[in-house]
Amino acid sequence: MAVSSLFGAKVKRVEDPKLITGQGIYVDDITLPGMLYMTVLRSPYAHAKINSIDLSSALKNPNVVMCVTGKELKNEVNYLQVGWDASSANPPSKVPKRYPLESDKVRYVGDGVAALVATDKYTAKDVLESISVDYTPLSVVTKPKQAIAKDAPILHEELGSNETWNIKMQFGDFTKSFNNSDVIIKEKLINQRLIPSAMETRGVVASYNLGTKQLTLWSSTQIPHQLKKYLSFTLRISENKIRVIAPEVGGGFGSKLNFYPEEALACYLSMKTGKPVKWIEERRENMTNTIHGRDYEIDVEAGFKKDGTIQGVKCKVFCNVGAYYMHFTALLPHLTALMIPGCYKLPSLDYDCHVVLTNIISTDAYRGAGRPESIYIIERIMDLAALELDMDPVDIRLKNFPQSDEFPFTTTVGLAYDSGDYSNALNEVLKLVDYSTFRNKQKELRKQNKYIGIGFSSYTEICGWGPSAGIEATYPKTNAVLGKWEYGAVRFDPSGKVTVETGSSPHGQGNETTWAQLVAHELGVSIDDIVVLHGDTDAVPYGVATYASRSATLGGVAVYNACQKIREKAKLIVAKQFEARHEDIVFDQGKFSVKGLSEKFMSITDVAKSAFVADNLPENVEPGLSETSFYDPSNFTFPFGAIAIIVEVDILTGEIKILDYSSIDDCGNVINPMIVDGQLHGGAAQGIAQAQFEEAKYDDNGQLITSSFMNYYIPTAFELPNYRLSRTITPSPVNPLGVKGVGEAATIGSPPAFVNAVIDALKPFGIKNLDMPLKPETVWNAINNSKK
Amino acid sequence: MYPKSFEYISPTNIDDVISLLDKYKEDAKLISGGHSLIPLMKLRLVSPQIIVDLNNVSGYDNIALNQDILSIGSRVTHHEIEISNLLKEKCYMIPEAAALIGDPQVRNVGTIGGALAQADPAGDWGSVMLSLNAEFAVKGKNGDRSIKSIDFFKDYYETDLTYDEILTEININAPDKSQGGAYLKLERKIGDFATVGIAVQLSVKKNHIDNIGIGLTAVSNTPIKAIKSEEFLLNKQITDENILETANITAQNSDPNDDIRGSAEYKKAMVKEFTIRAIKLAIKRCKRD
Amino acid sequence: MSNKILTPKKNHNIKLKINGINYEKEVDSRLLLVHFIRETIGLTGTHVGCDTTNCGACTIILNGKSVKSCTMFAVQANNKEITTIEGLSKDDKLHPIQEAFWEEHGLQCGFCTPGFIMQTYNFLKENPKPTEKDIRLGISGNLCRCTGYQNIVKSISSASKKLDK
Repeated sequence: MAVSSLFGAKVKRVEDPKLITGQGIYVDDITLPGMLYMTVLRSPYAHAKINSIDLSSALKNPNVVMCVTGKELKNEVNYLQVGWDASSANPPSKVPKRYPLESDKVRYVGDGVAALVATDKYTAKDVLESISVDYTPLSVVTKPKQAIAKDAPILHEELGSNETWNIKMQFGDFTKSFNNSDVIIKEKLINQRLIPSAMETRGVVASYNLGTKQLTLWSSTQIPHQLKKYLSFTLRISENKIRVIAPEVGGGFGSKLNFYPEEALACYLSMKTGKPVKWIEERRENMTNTIHGRDYEIDVEAGFKKDGTIQGVKCKVFCNVGAYYMHFTALLPHLTALMIPGCYKLPSLDYDCHVVLTNIISTDAYRGAGRPESIYIIERIMDLAALELDMDPVDIRLKNFPQSDEFPFTTTVGLAYDSGDYSNALNEVLKLVDYSTFRNKQKELRKQNKYIGIGFSSYTEICGWGPSAGIEATYPKTNAVLGKWEYGAVRFDPSGKVTVETGSSPHGQGNETTWAQLVAHELGVSIDDIVVLHGDTDAVPYGVATYASRSATLGGVAVYNACQKIREKAKLIVAKQFEARHEDIVFDQGKFSVKGLSEKFMSITDVAKSAFVADNLPENVEPGLSETSFYDPSNFTFPFGAIAIIVEVDILTGEIKILDYSSIDDCGNVINPMIVDGQLHGGAAQGIAQAQFEEAKYDDNGQLITSSFMNYYIPTAFELPNYRLSRTITPSPVNPLGVKGVGEAATIGSPPAFVNAVIDALKPFGIKNLDMPLKPETVWNAINNSKK
Repeated sequence: MYPKSFEYISPTNIDDVISLLDKYKEDAKLISGGHSLIPLMKLRLVSPQIIVDLNNVSGYDNIALNQDILSIGSRVTHHEIEISNLLKEKCYMIPEAAALIGDPQVRNVGTIGGALAQADPAGDWGSVMLSLNAEFAVKGKNGDRSIKSIDFFKDYYETDLTYDEILTEININAPDKSQGGAYLKLERKIGDFATVGIAVQLSVKKNHIDNIGIGLTAVSNTPIKAIKSEEFLLNKQITDENILETANITAQNSDPNDDIRGSAEYKKAMVKEFTIRAIKLAIKRCKRD
Repeated sequence: MSNKILTPKKNHNIKLKINGINYEKEVDSRLLLVHFIRETIGLTGTHVGCDTTNCGACTIILNGKSVKSCTMFAVQANNKEITTIEGLSKDDKLHPIQEAFWEEHGLQCGFCTPGFIMQTYNFLKENPKPTEKDIRLGISGNLCRCTGYQNIVKSISSASKKLDK
């Protein structure tokens, strides 16, 4: 793949001028005539029966237009569909259904019981407090083991149990591996619950036209096309009467790839009142009601030979998934298993995972979505084994990597990693940090009672979601409403300017710039002549979404494929113009010409004009110059890398300072290095934040204690380091661009590197494991207990 | 995010402010920077019927040195204190503490008087003023009075101020050149409330502690003065053992809660550790004889 | 002591200047300044990202100082001068801070960006030649979830050099 001046170039983002001048339109910036404001009355109890709701005081208020409860809704709307319910798994998962409002009982603090619309925001907020609901509180469970204990209260009685799914997977023969091992590592690992906390909370404006019976929904979402399907089912209106628009979206990180009750509710109330309805989530509301991430408890056993060769891993996992299945809730515990092998030749894996409902908000995809959990497991295991075997953590990793000539490399779970060179990445990062100098410095400082440590993480992860047939064949049938392809289109207009349509729905990832670079590179058009449309289901008729690092890997490839179709049609048109055979037309540096006769050429703009004038087109070639592509990949892609974090620990207070963050990240070919680096910075920040700062905490009554940024600690610029990034480029053979995806890589790879670094710093104290977040008190306790 | 309804007034005369506060008593709240009250109102944790705004009253916004008394007007912002050359020269601990309050934007608006009157036990100013034996000038319907800082803080969010009284000025005996001070704050991240905070102001004479004031943040229901620690260290020789013992006494006499920022056990241990560090730093900053 | 009747009120008439333009409006006491700017005046570049004065997305310049407009009432802005993000560029020409953020990829989703830019505007006025540590402290009242801050720091450093010329 030849690198042009634009593919691989640092190009300033075309998205930025509106954003840096405050002209970007986010959902709360939208005002429509006659717009009403919606608020949702939410349960103060984590688990309770709803006996009655008295709306009279609300209805008395002249500014309140309409109120609705779950009971009334149940006759008119369907439940909320999810993207993955695993009901066809073997054994099948139970599926806890969720409705836009609950009618019989509430299952977490925040569960909606009524919604109202008023003519102004203040009335809508004030009146909520006057609605009285009679609840009978029930006992509450907030942890999985508590929820499956005898006599635990059952959240969904019709399911009979709070354990919805027991995922049991065995690859290879763990018992044999166990017997072959010289040492067995045993540890309990916690991957704690996180709150995604995009800077823009969720929000919607729904507008139903009583005359045309068309519904338009603006939503701060990552999945506009999927929302069309979901709304169609829930609201019982046909999909072709629905338009969904994702305006500027202020971050998502997975928390907005979902179908939320408020989206359905706002649409319903707009349909009933004939007026636009706006709902904007407050931050406390967001922290309680927008999906959380992670929350796994893992008992791990791993067998190793004396020389460090890994034999097998056994995991018993409890996933605390909250009160309902939402979009990908059920997928993640399954997906985690598939990436536990990480970068290693792992002979066997035994995975026993209990997916358990509790009286808190659901978990779902949050940057990494199941894979941070996998890499945390294997990368901590590597360090635990290195400690046990008195091996260098670098050596134990090098020992177990497949070599670059062993790719595509099929792991014990049956995934074929497309390409990789893990040894090279790790060795390169050692150079970056000057490893041997570090170890000497560490030794010297220990003599002075000062403690620094280095932690490594070799990561790979599964991206480019995904091959539709392959997924259905490998996994249980998903009952998904949409495949896993992506859509792209390239359309010339008669003046020769280009509009690109993409089913990707970016919210910060810079796809408008990157796709413009791609199209400019492929067709020789100036970037200034390209507009990229996304997020509006009327402007872009098909799409799946942005998540699972599938933008470049699928969305970009679809656009690329559309460009190839354009080139083919252009060649036919040029051939007719130049009275040549179409096989003799070449395209180089933006010019179509007959091979060997380059002085006579047509630019793509010339071709476009000609295509629309249509006075000299070949037979069987229609006028116009626009092509579409639905790209369904043959496989996933697997970016990889190595991260090294150096920390200093104050052993008197437990405070940790990051002295250095270095990484080699390989996402295959790079279209815009500036944008790729930005994704790595942001990903690393969230990974470090998980390792050091963030933790969603509930009390025993199911109340979220960490319900604001005052005590849910999102780091500022002061807490975070600079990220010293470097790259290797190992193109993916899966797609013609050779790209692998990068959006989640650093969030997946960095938490174990941080924890490994702190454990390494505290090696003289004999501390083997610490749970995230590594608060100063956690470290201080461990040090004090070790002295005893 | 949306406060309940209330009525608002912003007088230009301090006597009018006082008469309004006296008239409406517990139904009214005074705002200066508003960055303690308004966040509570937005969460509807507090919903006063009347807000009296101090910001259109002129004055009470100076930092001055008058005959060995350092005066800080109650309406001076944390930022103005942070950048004050006079305070950096005369009492470094004060701008040092100011820089640790909230964040830059909050410091542009929040005032020292408002923060002290709020009496949040985790507020940074209380311990600083207690360590300096500051006195607070107060104006009310019965005229002016001065409250010693040690008598000012009564309980969580409760001070000695009556409904009608307004804190107008903070007065400190200007430390002489032989004094040094330090304010250290342990926080989970910058801008957070203190897990623990220690203010130490002292002077050294012939390798003995000649003068000592210690205040603690976030370890009780009010900011507290570590009187027993001060009594112990006063006139003692500067040795590691004496500093350690002072730290032990300070920790023993603190009474922190278990909360999201840490367990009581951890906080007490941090009180001890930070007392040692603050004393040593304060000593280093003295210009010795 | 004055003899006039002092009556607290729910509704107030306020006069203020925003981005060089004079406004006179009726406001309810409880209307937050950020909502006044966004909804009464229609300048939606200033954003709301939290409800506890932490995130800084609502940062504006009020009488020359950066403040979090979510933690003030509109009525408190009476007789004051405000600059919002929309007031930074003049006649289609970007302010050097805006240019720097664009060049250095100091934004991704853009939601926190106006708040960062306005805080930077105040910060660089007071610290024209900041070190990296100064910058990281100077923006510690603003949260970003996308960028990991490194490019924001670079943007501010670059802006300081542009403004120094």
